[in-house]
Amino acid sequence: MNVVVCAKLVPTGTPTLGPDHLVVRSGTDAALDPGDEYGLELALQLTEQHGGDVTVVSMGPDEAGQAIQRALAMGASRGVLVSDPSLRGADALVTARVLAAAIGMYPFDLVVAGVESTDGYTGTVPVTVAEILGIASVTAVRRLEPSDAGARIERMTERGYDVYECPLPAVVTVTAGSVEPRFPSLKGIMQAKQKPVDRPSLQDLGSRDLTATQTVTAVTDAPTKAGGEVVQGDEAVGRIVELLAEAKVI
Amino acid sequence: MAGAWVFAEITRDGPHPAAFELLAHARSFDDDPTAIALGQGATEAAAELGAHGAATVYACDDPVFAEHPGRPAAHVLAGLIEAEAPDVVLFAQTYDSRDVAGRLQGSIGSALMGNATSIADPRHARAEIFGGTKIVDVELAGPAPTLILLRPKSIAAEPTGGTARVVPLEADVPEDIRGARIVERHEESASGPRLEDAKVVLAGGRGLGGPDAFAMLDELASVIGGAAVGASRAAVDAGWVPYSYQIGQTGKTVKPDVYLAAGISGALQHVVGMKGAKRIVAINKDADAPLLAMADLGVVGDLFQVLPALTEEIRRRKGS
Ligand SMILES: Cc1cc2nc3c(=O)[nH]c(=O)nc-3n(C[C@H](O)[C@H](O)[C@H](O)COP(=O)(O)OP(=O)(O)OC[C@H]3O[C@@H](n4cnc5c(N)ncnc54)[C@H](O)[C@@H]3O)c2cc1C
Ligand SMILES: Cc1cc2nc3c(=O)[nH]c(=O)nc-3n(C[C@H](O)[C@H](O)[C@H](O)COP(=O)(O)OP(=O)(O)OC[C@H]3O[C@@H](n4cnc5c(N)ncnc54)[C@H](O)[C@@H]3O)c2cc1C
Repeated sequence: MNVVVCAKLVPTGTPTLGPDHLVVRSGTDAALDPGDEYGLELALQLTEQHGGDVTVVSMGPDEAGQAIQRALAMGASRGVLVSDPSLRGADALVTARVLAAAIGMYPFDLVVAGVESTDGYTGTVPVTVAEILGIASVTAVRRLEPSDAGARIERMTERGYDVYECPLPAVVTVTAGSVEPRFPSLKGIMQAKQKPVDRPSLQDLGSRDLTATQTVTAVTDAPTKAGGEVVQGDEAVGRIVELLAEAKVI
Repeated sequence: MAGAWVFAEITRDGPHPAAFELLAHARSFDDDPTAIALGQGATEAAAELGAHGAATVYACDDPVFAEHPGRPAAHVLAGLIEAEAPDVVLFAQTYDSRDVAGRLQGSIGSALMGNATSIADPRHARAEIFGGTKIVDVELAGPAPTLILLRPKSIAAEPTGGTARVVPLEADVPEDIRGARIVERHEESASGPRLEDAKVVLAGGRGLGGPDAFAMLDELASVIGGAAVGASRAAVDAGWVPYSYQIGQTGKTVKPDVYLAAGISGALQHVVGMKGAKRIVAINKDADAPLLAMADLGVVGDLFQVLPALTEEIRRRKGS
């Protein structure tokens, strides 16, 4: 089973917006999105058990190469970095179009992504990729095993989980906590440097229509809630009871 | 006036409560919004949708939408959009609706905005980003309709007492685009009020140390009466409580009269799901925990002492 994993570079800590209202992505500390490590781990386990390779695809500034290096050190075989100045400020649609075109250049049975990114958390890019590729998708996945029909997949729901039969190829998004991402070993880190990283140009991808449809016109701080009283030890119970009584819930 | 459509998610228990909020959002700029209800129970839901301001409801009760979540709904919506040319389609920021919106964006190539909290018109909306710390005003370009996902509980539902014109729809979904199919469902039985509806929410975090300590919150909930128990993602990821308990960016949004957190630090992604509570109580042994700083009442102390003592005290008061 060949798996393509979508991996995003995200700022570590709280991201900031520049004067152009775009996220500052260059010159800030950034790392592979922790949310993408679960999908990567699932992909590595699948290929270890069933054969095949893991290819990691990222769209981002040159620094996104770091996210790819980490994924290669964890065990992926190949990296694909799409980086072009015109992609700065890309919106969800542009991102999905670029990712779909890049993924389409490689053989795959499964595309794995995060449920939502840590910085943007729109949470729609993977299904949009699936639609562009014209394939099935299941989101919020916590387990996946190959089956006769393609894959047997458990998807988290509000009250439990549903089991899906899913034809392959397909796109899945993997929830946090579903697997325990491995740490790259020293050997893995060394080997990663030898692994291929392709850098297709937008021309290679043949993507058209890469104008963002979303513009931020103003940014303001959300009102922060001022704290109230802080109490310790013995006083605590009495004060909580008073508050509950004031709220008329006891 | 701008043609606003609302994608009214039909769940196994009827219309998702967020559908009524979406109608309130839509009515802020369109007096006669249209709702699209797809799935078993859609026609029945039309009355309630009408009573919340939907002038027209397109309804289809075909089981295909529940069996194959996402793709068939996006397919039917795309067809309807081509025929009727609305200006905007509103979705709730839930996992299921989000999947429909993402699919739809792939097929019609419109702008999609996530995490919106209010909408001015089909091309202008406002969203909270970075865990709810910044508010951005966004302008949307591209072909109509724009697709806007609104966070649940950003506005209250408003009954209008209206009646909707119901337009039955045929589900014409070719076999080869149905995609993944649900073959089994597993549901934990739920007791007590829904987390989103409860007047009091008691939430536990990593500080509870394990699943057993949640029993303290359950007991406190039953002593208070009508309280629901929730959790941080750390407690959910650890497997102590099911995902249905999760409050925050990737979980539920709650706005109770009282929110009491025990052993929760107050990460941005948690706060975004509970900061609308009328009164916030936080119990934490670390005086520097961020949640203490925004709580109406912060308790610096050990939850293993405070919670049982609190339960006892309320029991004593109620008994007397
Ligand atoms: C705070 C914030 C809010 C934004 N909101 C919107 C919005 O509402 N609408 C909009 O059109 N644009 C928005 N943007 C612009 C944003 O840059 C794009 O939407 C972005 O390209 C993808 O959105 P996401 O990270 O939210 O993706 P999500 O849909 O949350 O990403 C889910 C998964 O897709 C994969 N993925 C996403 N992006 C990449 C990538 N570049 N490379 C590899 N894999 C990737 C990852 O596996 C990720 O876990 C926002 C940006 C920020 C910073
Ligand atoms: C993309 C993304 C989405 C996320 N979505 C969510 C979400 O929806 N909801 C969510 O909650 N989180 C979410 N998170 C995770 C979030 O960032 C935090 O990691 C999480 O909220 C921490 O949970 P916690 O407060 O229980 O644990 P911790 O941060 O570990 O805090 C535990 C607290 O318990 C206190 N404590 C320990 N023992 C005791 C004691 N005996 N008595 C009193 N206090 C004690 C400690 O002092 C500490 O403050 C998300 C993260 C990401 C990246």
